[in-house]
Amino acid sequence: MSKQYDALVIGAGHNGLACAAKLARAGKKVMVVEANAELGGLAATTEFAEGFKASVAHTLPQLTDKLVKDLELHKHGFSFASEHLETLGLKEDGSDALRVTGDTVTGVSQDQVDAYKRYSAQMQKFAKAIAAFWQKKPPMIGDKSWASVSTGIQFGLNLRLLGKTDMREFTRMIALPAQDVMDEQFEDEHLKAVLAWDYTMGNKLAPRSPNNAMINWLYRLAGDASGFNKLPIAKGGMKGLIDALAASATSAGAVIKTNAAVKKVVVDEETATAVGVELADGEVVHAKAIISNADPKTSFIKLLGTRYIDIQFTHRINRTRTDGQTAKMHIAIKGEPKFNGVSRADGRMIIAPKMSYIENAFDSSKYGEIAQDPAMEIVVPTMHDASLAPEGHHVISITIPNVPYKVKAGWETEKANLQSAILNKLEAYAPGIKDQIVASDLLTPVDLESRYNVTGGHWHHGELALDAWWMNRPTYEASQYKTPIDGFYLCGAGAHPGGGVMGAAGSNAADVVLAASK
Amino acid sequence: MLTIDAKDQGNHIDLRLQQSPFFPRIKELCLSEQWTEWNGYQTPTYFLDSYIEYYATRNTCAVFDVSPMKKYIIEGPDAEVMMNRLTVRDVRKQKVGRVTYTVWCTDEGRIIDDGTLFRLAEDKFMLCAADPNLDWLELGAIGMDVTVYENSYDMAALALQGPTSCALLKKLGFTGIENAKPFDIMYFPFEGGELMISRTGFTGDLGYELWVDPNDALALWDALFSTGFEYGIRAMGDESLDMARIEAGLLAPAVEFNSALHTVEFRHDQTPFELGLDWMVNFKKPSFSGREALLKEKEQGPKWKLVKLDFEGQKSAQGSLLYADRKCTKEIGYVTSGMWSSVVKASIGYGFVKAEYADGPIFAEIYYQKEMRWYQKVVEGRKHEGAFWWPDRARQTPPADT
Repeated sequence: MSKQYDALVIGAGHNGLACAAKLARAGKKVMVVEANAELGGLAATTEFAEGFKASVAHTLPQLTDKLVKDLELHKHGFSFASEHLETLGLKEDGSDALRVTGDTVTGVSQDQVDAYKRYSAQMQKFAKAIAAFWQKKPPMIGDKSWASVSTGIQFGLNLRLLGKTDMREFTRMIALPAQDVMDEQFEDEHLKAVLAWDYTMGNKLAPRSPNNAMINWLYRLAGDASGFNKLPIAKGGMKGLIDALAASATSAGAVIKTNAAVKKVVVDEETATAVGVELADGEVVHAKAIISNADPKTSFIKLLGTRYIDIQFTHRINRTRTDGQTAKMHIAIKGEPKFNGVSRADGRMIIAPKMSYIENAFDSSKYGEIAQDPAMEIVVPTMHDASLAPEGHHVISITIPNVPYKVKAGWETEKANLQSAILNKLEAYAPGIKDQIVASDLLTPVDLESRYNVTGGHWHHGELALDAWWMNRPTYEASQYKTPIDGFYLCGAGAHPGGGVMGAAGSNAADVVLAASK
Repeated sequence: MLTIDAKDQGNHIDLRLQQSPFFPRIKELCLSEQWTEWNGYQTPTYFLDSYIEYYATRNTCAVFDVSPMKKYIIEGPDAEVMMNRLTVRDVRKQKVGRVTYTVWCTDEGRIIDDGTLFRLAEDKFMLCAADPNLDWLELGAIGMDVTVYENSYDMAALALQGPTSCALLKKLGFTGIENAKPFDIMYFPFEGGELMISRTGFTGDLGYELWVDPNDALALWDALFSTGFEYGIRAMGDESLDMARIEAGLLAPAVEFNSALHTVEFRHDQTPFELGLDWMVNFKKPSFSGREALLKEKEQGPKWKLVKLDFEGQKSAQGSLLYADRKCTKEIGYVTSGMWSSVVKASIGYGFVKAEYADGPIFAEIYYQKEMRWYQKVVEGRKHEGAFWWPDRARQTPPADT
């Protein structure tokens, strides 16, 4: 038997690293194995062209101050390039962009400003009521432990403490399609589209989709690493955060091994207990706890093997919706980008003039086609962090939702089609930008899948919706980080609370592993 | 314009039952014209008289068409792993050329179905069940390197059951069949192809099941019935088979148990422990579907128990409620199957009772008719261990030529 660890984490995504750091800091002997050369998974920062660096996930709305403090990330080099990006709704005609920040919005009529203030206050109230539960193991039906029962009670109590009116509104609104929420609150079509944006990010959903979970938005609101209701970005790109997480782990003794893909989880055949992993090169590493940062499908079906788990449980895992719907494009340009109606491209810029624009793009995607009018979220990290591009150059980081995983005509031809649709749209909003392009890198959901070993290339490791939330994430019997197989745990975005660069799944999983080792 | 070709689409009014490859012969012999439906097939309830057919299984031999059985092939490198996880017995111990009777359960340990598992090769199994199970097998195949497909329509089958069955097969030239032990599989050349014979059946008596290419089905039937005349062969229907299987202590789906995937009411399905199949559940296997739930049930004890009962008197207790006392004040369960058994000379049956009463006295409240008038009586049911009817010849190898 080779070296014995207390815990072995499969995958050095931000959750895997957060989990490893927390365990190592609690005195555990930890190893992290990562298939890729770079750390971070979907939060990795890569040099996509010489001197140009970009991160797949590009903002940090969900990161919590608690995690930053618990893991002493600032001490380990983490800082913000910007503590807050304004959200800008771009206008094609060149008029001033609509600006949303905190409780205020500009570029709309006064009644819309007032409506937004009311809406924002209510959303923040909702977000605060449930924010504490992101940092906790969810309850489980049938789990009579005090931790489980009290969490359930506390959840009910927090909702009740909203007061009768707001609690009623919470239960009414929580599963509404974004469009219904927006239509009942606002008149301004552009404002509606910009505010609906965060409801569906990363999911295979559009404003009209039911079950599209205001939850997603409340998640994004809940982060408070740079203050509540802020949209920060990390210095050095996501790498800044990832390196700090890794340093927090290694400084406490954790060992991180890259280029070490896991072939399978080693299970003791007599006791059906996970006891280690076999790496692609044949090396076997033994550990008391095997913690998977991979998505649930990869974790159970590919790495563990379904032979060890029950059939209906396997079926539920296999049915988790993992078709990614989000593409990412990184563009290296010469000079500063100039967008219509924006003096400096230093905010989060959204191209979505109205909700039906997003919905139409979604409709194309639904039928396996490339939308010719893509909706996009654009961030220029180099406006805040010059280290990411050579002098006099910039990086444009674009998130494109409504891009199908399964494309009818095949990605061989459609990737070029998608690229030209994106660039044409970009050119329409930033005339002349095409001529500034030095290099670019487009990642379709299929590229994300193969590059980062995530089933379907799904940002959240599986849809983040009410049916796959809290005690049903990824499914019951695996929603408390432990799984039906002793010694095998989940710590990725497929576990509660889910996607976004949050680290809570990793941190919560570490708590569960620590409790089990006592 | 959309046009629908009636021939291609089928006729939605004239939806006849399917007919098995043996149907032309069955139709000829089925003087009663009493039919029932089984898996979409037209199946005889009885040919002439169910008692005569039943007596044939006990005294000579009888043939039951099991072609409507659902047959599935599981093939590939993970076939053993898949079936070992899907079923409760240890499939790793099952040798090639052997059949086992087994059950499969939900994650909650509730029975989905029972059936016979044939190990055709190291990496190939055939699963036979009375009801469709393809969806469950497909779920069981997730993450496994296997191919699962239904073989029901490519294989016709006859059960030949009764004391003269072995002698008849030998007479037909299937030399060596006498060496087949219970649950063995053997192959013989037949009509230029291959006939698979397993020493299996649903009557508890000496008997075999013959698995044949549908194209050779009538030739097999004709061979059996021409040569079989001297061996007292008869065709048997559904009713006589049911009588034989009750005597044999065998369970019928949708009678003794209700598939957990079809049950609507909470816990109106069953577990292996409730059905007395404890011996089958192999906890030495570290993982199989339902293991954790079944282990818990084993520790806590089942809520219900299926018991074999030998009732006083001669009246069948079929459909009776069961009580803990002769005054019928404490209702404890019900009779799932009951009959007057001619060979055992007793009113026998199965009772499904709440576990805490399984070891106490059990009484059945029987309603019966005499010339249309209804009567009621209460009889005690004494518990019976093992099958009611399990003659030595069913176990002997080679079996005696009766």
